[in-house]
Amino acid sequence: MKRVLALAMIAAVVTAACGAAAPTGGASASPAQVTLNDGKLVIGVINDQSLVYADLSGKNAVEAVKMAVEDFKAKYGENALGGPIEVITADHQNKPDLASSKAQEFYERNNADIILDVPTSSAALAIAKVANDEKKLYINITAATTDLTGVSCNKYTFHYAYDTYMLAAGTGKWVTENLGKQWYIIYPNYAFGQDMEKSFRGAVTKFGGTVVQSDGSPFPNTSGDFSNLLVKAGQLKPQILGVMQAGGDLVNVVKQYNQFKLGDQGIKLAIGLLFDTDITAIGQDQMAGVVYTTPWVWSMDDQSKAFADKFLKRTGIRPTFAHAGNYSAAWQYMEAIRRAGTDDADAVVKQLEGYKFNDFFIRNGNIRAEDHWVMHDALLAQVKPASEAKEKFDYSKVLGTIPAETASRPLADAGCKK
Amino acid sequence: MDLGYVSIQLFNGLVNGAFYALLSLGLAIIFGVLRVVNFAHGAVYMLGAFAAYLLLQQFDIGFWPALVLAPIGVALLGVVVERLLLRRLYGLDPLYNFLLTFGLALFLQDAMRLRFGIQGQPYPTPDELSASVSLGPVSYPVYRLFVIAFSLLICVATWYLIERTRLGMVVRAATERAELTRALGIDVDRWVTAVFAIGIGLAALAGVLAAPMRNVAPLMGSELIILTFAVVVIGGLGSIVGAVTAGFLIGVLASLGAVFNPAFENVIVFALMAVVLLVRPAGLFGSREAA
Repeated sequence: MKRVLALAMIAAVVTAACGAAAPTGGASASPAQVTLNDGKLVIGVINDQSLVYADLSGKNAVEAVKMAVEDFKAKYGENALGGPIEVITADHQNKPDLASSKAQEFYERNNADIILDVPTSSAALAIAKVANDEKKLYINITAATTDLTGVSCNKYTFHYAYDTYMLAAGTGKWVTENLGKQWYIIYPNYAFGQDMEKSFRGAVTKFGGTVVQSDGSPFPNTSGDFSNLLVKAGQLKPQILGVMQAGGDLVNVVKQYNQFKLGDQGIKLAIGLLFDTDITAIGQDQMAGVVYTTPWVWSMDDQSKAFADKFLKRTGIRPTFAHAGNYSAAWQYMEAIRRAGTDDADAVVKQLEGYKFNDFFIRNGNIRAEDHWVMHDALLAQVKPASEAKEKFDYSKVLGTIPAETASRPLADAGCKK
Repeated sequence: MDLGYVSIQLFNGLVNGAFYALLSLGLAIIFGVLRVVNFAHGAVYMLGAFAAYLLLQQFDIGFWPALVLAPIGVALLGVVVERLLLRRLYGLDPLYNFLLTFGLALFLQDAMRLRFGIQGQPYPTPDELSASVSLGPVSYPVYRLFVIAFSLLICVATWYLIERTRLGMVVRAATERAELTRALGIDVDRWVTAVFAIGIGLAALAGVLAAPMRNVAPLMGSELIILTFAVVVIGGLGSIVGAVTAGFLIGVLASLGAVFNPAFENVIVFALMAVVLLVRPAGLFGSREAA
């Protein structure tokens, strides 16, 4: 036992020595002359690894970030940032209090320089607050609430990928103009759902529609039953049933919508937030024809397909937009460090603000300095029938692009005071 | 308020009640005979739904055969668990049963999660039942009416089995006075296994019925089981009539509550449980002994 301990000690000392030696050696090798504050870069990924969002982000989002780090080193050399790059991860189980304490632990004890991902809006808002207190970076990818760049915005928090405004600007507009003007909206009654309801109500009204009524469903909905709201929809007879539920709740709503045959009664379905994993659970043919807004579809172009192929080889599944977003955000963060020459949070923030860029995930990207919303083009996509699919995960085709300006909430409405 | 809407909610309540009734019925007979509170009941319900999914996916076996095959298959698994694990704990503090069944639930959920992921698998409504009929102002899915009728049938059949057959007689005797029953030369242990299998089979059956209308996912049972325990407490632990009556009653009351406010659906169940515990601690149909 003693010998094992001694060996472990030696190993630890050697590793530490190598780690400490690296920055000096690396700085000269790296053309960008990066100096890392504590000799290494630590990227923390906090997300749901066991519950409802575990498939759409979860452990595979951590893999995506690791892929980004490996590819970054492959491009700029092992010493790209003048020191080792570590990826650490924690499961927040969608609980804001757990998310907050994990974030604190990451920033303080593990010297994390940044936290990425964080699904569940309430947990994301909790981490944004910690990031601001600790003066360290946080780039949100998988949470949707616009409050991150609105009333709860701060200097160290950025919002990547998508938010409820983008979803409403795309789906709300298209459905109101093409399918029907009278909406009945149902939403899960917590931070995410309430924000979705607000954004969709705004978009529907803006494009000449009306929201006849909206109802919240309990969250979590332990009985899994949504029939009371669907019966109500059958009686209100709106043209559109706007469903803002996500994950398992969404699957339950759509299954029961199909069983009640509301579609046959002329009540069409509009879905606020749709991930590929939801389509798997409901069945591609049951979803065929549904139009939705998404920042990214893995089969949209060659660049995206190349990433999706690599991801498939590594994880066994095709990436959701949350996986791709995590990769892209990690990459852009490391690029910003190269430009800044340091991982000092304030210096990196300065590099990110106002930065314009394109990559396989972000098109026409522009990190808005005022509120830290990452403006970029969104996509209007449609689920195609299984007969048109080229492979098992080939679910959607792109109908059109929603330009970054249209997909982003106007600054005046954000109410961000950092 | 619209009377048509209220009456439709009555049917929705019966559908939810059907699931509560089947699940709490299984819990009640297992508790009655084994004195085991089966915390893995929700996981068994999930296994039933997944069994139906796998039968369809792997062997192209549809809903109707699955309605028989899946519960039997899962019940056989129950026999193995009872013989290998549960049996060893009968003489011990009930806490050990709790730990075992709770651990089993976690194990089963995580095993399915590793294999299928968290989010769920598709399952279609059987063609014969996919139509809907006009019930006053709205059209109502035939499948939901089938769920109500079928689960009522199963509940009555179970009641008949327990109250009117020789098996039931033994089971009731074993429930009341296990030692005395043994002394009369009846092999109680053999019947114990059978009862456990029936309880498990009922939960799996509920899972198959749920597959066309609920998300078939590893955690589908862990959410529902909380409500089911409330139902069992309200009905009275170990009471068969109590479990079924409370199941349907809670389903209907919760759905009618949702007419006023969707959030009432969950609140009503627990409010009722609190009231019942205050006024009749043994449950509506429970005997003092069981409490």
